[in-house]
Amino acid sequence: MLKDQDRIFQNLYNDLGPDLTSSQKRGDWVNTKEITDKGRDWIINEIKDSQLRGRGGAGFPTGLKWSFAPKEVGSRPHYLVINGDESEPGTCKDRDILRFEPHKLIEGCLIASYAIQAHVCYIYIRGEYFVDGQKLQAAIDEAYEKKLLGKNAAGTGWNLDIYIHYGAGAYICGEETALLESIEGKKGQPRLKPPFPALIGLYGCPTIINNVETIAVVPTILRRGGKWFASLGREKNTGTKIFCISGNVNNPCNVEEEMNIPLKELIEVHAGGVIGGWDNLQAVIPGGSSMPLIPKDKCETLTMDFDSLMAEKSGLGTAGVVVINKDQDIIKCMARIARFYKHESCGQCTPCREGSGWMWRMLERMAKGEASKDEIDMLSDVTKQIEGHTICAFGEGSSWPVQGLLRHFKDEIKKRNKFDPIVKENKNIPYLVDQHLLDKNA
Amino acid sequence: MSLRRPAKNQPENFEFNPSSLEAAKSIVTKYPEGKQQSAVMALLYIAQKQNDNWIPLAAMKYIAKFLNMPYIKVYEVATFYSMYNLSPVGKYFVQVCTTTPCMIRGANKLVEACKEKISEDESVLSNDKSCSWMEVECLGACVNAPMMQINDDYYEDLDKEKTLKILDKILKGEKPTPGSYRGRINNEPENNRKTLMDLKNA
Repeated sequence: MLKDQDRIFQNLYNDLGPDLTSSQKRGDWVNTKEITDKGRDWIINEIKDSQLRGRGGAGFPTGLKWSFAPKEVGSRPHYLVINGDESEPGTCKDRDILRFEPHKLIEGCLIASYAIQAHVCYIYIRGEYFVDGQKLQAAIDEAYEKKLLGKNAAGTGWNLDIYIHYGAGAYICGEETALLESIEGKKGQPRLKPPFPALIGLYGCPTIINNVETIAVVPTILRRGGKWFASLGREKNTGTKIFCISGNVNNPCNVEEEMNIPLKELIEVHAGGVIGGWDNLQAVIPGGSSMPLIPKDKCETLTMDFDSLMAEKSGLGTAGVVVINKDQDIIKCMARIARFYKHESCGQCTPCREGSGWMWRMLERMAKGEASKDEIDMLSDVTKQIEGHTICAFGEGSSWPVQGLLRHFKDEIKKRNKFDPIVKENKNIPYLVDQHLLDKNA
Repeated sequence: MSLRRPAKNQPENFEFNPSSLEAAKSIVTKYPEGKQQSAVMALLYIAQKQNDNWIPLAAMKYIAKFLNMPYIKVYEVATFYSMYNLSPVGKYFVQVCTTTPCMIRGANKLVEACKEKISEDESVLSNDKSCSWMEVECLGACVNAPMMQINDDYYEDLDKEKTLKILDKILKGEKPTPGSYRGRINNEPENNRKTLMDLKNA
């Protein structure tokens, strides 16, 4: 288990209070000037040395992302945007940072803004987190009062203003370009890339977008050194991460742990074990709903980091671990996730808009045993038609969980859905989308 | 995508009251000059708050004029985002999360409770017109599942009985205390904490 002194978020459970005075006791805002005095290149190199990867799901190296910002500020100002639109089912880590460790985030914003030469930072928070956003706003106001923000912020000689922008219940706004559209006051529909936001982003200006957790760990990394961070976890999957363990466990919780921790340790030690014992485990969604599930036999030895989960054809995503035990109907669970994606598709690309609903309808039928045998292959085909054929990664996010189900629980689906193709049986199911097939052999 | 339609009965006029107007003006200053359209989302929230939790078409027209942008652009935003209520939802708007992490911990019991206390169907006002309920997608409090949101506040670690009690309170016009209903502190593992013990015991 990770040593307590190596935990970055000491106030994860709010034992100490989120206010400025107690944050300073924990080491926030101490000598911020010394860090910025070492210069932009030093900051970016130190982050590169730490091998910090973005905590929002994609796991892109943060130092590299920062280095994409233009070296000189031209006619267009630079922006820093913080992505706090945490909406991935199974994930609730950013909420705790917003409400209990706001000063880590604010200080991280200052350092990151300095590194990429931005004078304005927008923090995009999902609308449902209004109360938590108010707590962050209180912390921002406190920082302004103590001259840690505004002109010559924290004595660094850098001017920075931070504004909160609330979303309004759209999952897709967690996608970086949709988030920019949303800040610009439009529908949150993702943009085509390239151009990448680092060159043409918010209001057409160079913009760096990072997750809340990514930015909040930056000050600690710079204080303790990139080498310290890189010494935790393993090569290219370094540091600590907040894991959210939810679902059928005895003590669902958020916990900060080292990368590459065994999944079994997370569940058994921190979350108090699976309800009904380890043998009652059915499957685990390792990284928020868009990552394919992993069946029990693989959970025994699985370690939690970006690359080892990739090797299992899944992903770490946001590290929202959803534990599903044998009391649950796995097809129904996935059908519910498919319904989530059907509801949240922005409607811009046809494969995703139509496909997400189609997958949901098929899965609902499969859960009830109303699907025909050949629909299983059709479902697999639909996921392939969506994946890779959309502007943003939502297509993958909606089809991967279904592919995961088909990969590991195909037998279960087959067992329940035995009857021959509808065309032959001539079953009249009113919400079947391919009614035309009924007439084919008539 | 979700289908969203404005209410049939629409008020004729809408105008910000003085406190809303002040809030709206200060929000516009958060964005660069000429980019006041960015404030549309925040202004829709203000309108929603002022108008008993829902946004009439007149408010969209008013905001369009206020920000000097086409009405259709405001309409687009208001109909795209699911948190803008386009028809009356009552003074207390109950949203029950039923996405998988909540579902497998018994969110359907919360839905049952809402059906018993508020109305048989979702998005239908209760008899006294004071509240309505709705199933929503993940609210981002998965380790505190099952949970629901009433207006701005989260009510966590619920079961059917606790939900019934909370709903009784709001139907009486009282405000129940938000937070965990199993007495646990925030997101810590209940009775099983293994980390940062020095701080807990300090």
